Amino acid sequence: MIHLEKRAEPSKTWTAFTPVLAVILTMIAGGLMFAALGKDPFEALRTIFYDPLFSEQFSAYSRPQLLVKAGPLILIAIGLSLGFRAGIWNIGAEGQYIIGAICGAAVGLALYPSQSWLIYPVMILAGAFGGWAWAMIPAILKTRFNTNEILVSLLLVYVAEQLLASMALSTLRNPEGNGFPGSRNLSQHWATSNPELISGTGMHIGVLFGFIAVIMAYIMLNKHMLGFQIRLTGESPRAAQFAGVNPTRLILICLGTSGALAGLAGLFEVSGPAGQVSIDFNVGYGFTAIIVAFLGRLHPVGILLAGLLMALTYIGGELAQFMLGLPGASIQAFQGMLLFFLLGVDVLTNFRIRIGHGGKK
Amino acid sequence: MDLSAINPLVLITTLMIAATPILLAALGELVVEKSGVLNLGVEGMMITGAICGFAIAVETGNPAIGMLAAMVGGAMLSLIFAFLTQILLANQVATGLALTLFGLGLSSLLGQGYVGVKPPSTPKIEIPLLADLPIVGPVLFQHDMVVYFSIFMVVVIWATLKYSRLGLVLRAVGESHDAAHALGYKVVRIRIMAIMFGGAMAGLGGAYLSLVRVPQWVDGMTAGAGWIALAIVVFASWRAGRVLLGAYLFGGVTILQLNLQAAGVNLPVEYLSMSPYLITILVLVIMSAKGGRAALGAPAALGRVFHASS
Repeated sequence: MIHLEKRAEPSKTWTAFTPVLAVILTMIAGGLMFAALGKDPFEALRTIFYDPLFSEQFSAYSRPQLLVKAGPLILIAIGLSLGFRAGIWNIGAEGQYIIGAICGAAVGLALYPSQSWLIYPVMILAGAFGGWAWAMIPAILKTRFNTNEILVSLLLVYVAEQLLASMALSTLRNPEGNGFPGSRNLSQHWATSNPELISGTGMHIGVLFGFIAVIMAYIMLNKHMLGFQIRLTGESPRAAQFAGVNPTRLILICLGTSGALAGLAGLFEVSGPAGQVSIDFNVGYGFTAIIVAFLGRLHPVGILLAGLLMALTYIGGELAQFMLGLPGASIQAFQGMLLFFLLGVDVLTNFRIRIGHGGKK
Repeated sequence: MDLSAINPLVLITTLMIAATPILLAALGELVVEKSGVLNLGVEGMMITGAICGFAIAVETGNPAIGMLAAMVGGAMLSLIFAFLTQILLANQVATGLALTLFGLGLSSLLGQGYVGVKPPSTPKIEIPLLADLPIVGPVLFQHDMVVYFSIFMVVVIWATLKYSRLGLVLRAVGESHDAAHALGYKVVRIRIMAIMFGGAMAGLGGAYLSLVRVPQWVDGMTAGAGWIALAIVVFASWRAGRVLLGAYLFGGVTILQLNLQAAGVNLPVEYLSMSPYLITILVLVIMSAKGGRAALGAPAALGRVFHASS
């Protein structure tokens, strides 16, 4: 008989190794899925994980895309990881991302066609504010009325999507757009654009913010009182209570930070890679970032690596779609599978597996 | 604007159809939560059921077989959740989210060949005598079998939870898994059965969306219905009768806003479309303002990990 024995504390080795194991298992299961779709599994996996980085034909285009896609994922995931550590579940980052983009873009569009260099910083502030404000709805409902933040933050994603449609179709629509939906192109106007900082790398201001967020989160979690309180609340809510942690404050800070970071990610996307406010400029980064946060073990450095890996699956997925005719949805299923395997193998971190009856009471 | 075009009798009939997918999913989740498990993957199981049911109904030409396939599909998907949370003791919130993300991807993958296909129609069953009653007859007694089944299940689940031994055991497991375990009940086995029941009900709800309510296959067509089902369980304070009330209330809001859109109310369509979600949030706030989880009637062991040897 196999049974589980709880470890006194999580295994350090397994904490580092389980994400790798999960990725390997996902590749095996994903290979089987690709084989079931009638594709050569080895070729598919090579196209997704190897070709975007190393193939001569594609890497010139794909490599910069890595940072473009990883930037928003990392930025959002860092914010989410703070709350997840403390047991505060913001799963509506997609909505905060949309509202951040709308608010930031609205500022830029209102000041069009001014060329002042001050516009972009104000847009950044507006983007962060939009995401923060949207996240404050579940935060205040949680602290004031004890309403479940999971459901509220998620339902607000659908509200944000409708709001986005309304903005793209009427309020923020390009007056010179010949009646097409969507706003003016922000990335083609100097004062409102988020350009590539170093040509050919994909590095833009948002990616820079992502890296800064990683460093800040690392310092905060390890050196700051707030980081300690977050970790303590996650590991033992009762101990946190005795240590004088104010749960209301923690909820407001965790949800607020994750909302502001998601809003920033939205603004950088809409003024850079996406270029304009359109009905479907959002591609689900807010949800994928949840996987990134877990794959990175809620650790800033882990999230950095996980964000890059997840970005690779996006780019490789597009490449596989183009080269092998692999359906785009299979990548989404692949990413979901990764989270399953990750959560599954996590058992090794917290439990020892015992075979036989030894140790059973 | 022409509000006179809205016929209240037609409104009630369509309300029942709009509410049925959510009612089914919420009833399933009610049983799951009563056993002490929080499965946030309802959306993923619904959409998987929607495509399984749609595909099988199109291939066989029989909607009833499609509905059964949807239940099997939903239950199979929920089995992944059951294995991860009950055997490997994974976090229920995270695993439920994973189920939703995976279900959305999987369904879109399975549904590629079915976009734009017309499903076989589900026959209406007129209940003899009652269907001939004036006014009430056409509104209440001329629906398809799934609508009747959903109402029948409200009664079955209410009675089972309240009066049967099975319901008592299920509630015991949900209130205190350690006590139930000490009494010799197989906590893990009971929970896995409850999770699979929830998956089957969510799957059926999804299939009702794709086969009757819409009826066609569209990527991501559940559009948050699974999350609303979760909210309705909270609204219902974990009681079967109130789940019916909550689902029909929500169905009413959905249908009303669609009718207002059609009547050309002077409000942008997008704002009407977001109203069901806003009202769900509002209802959640009102319910939770009453007090803590205990005051609401939530099962005491909801979301807690059960590990027998600890």
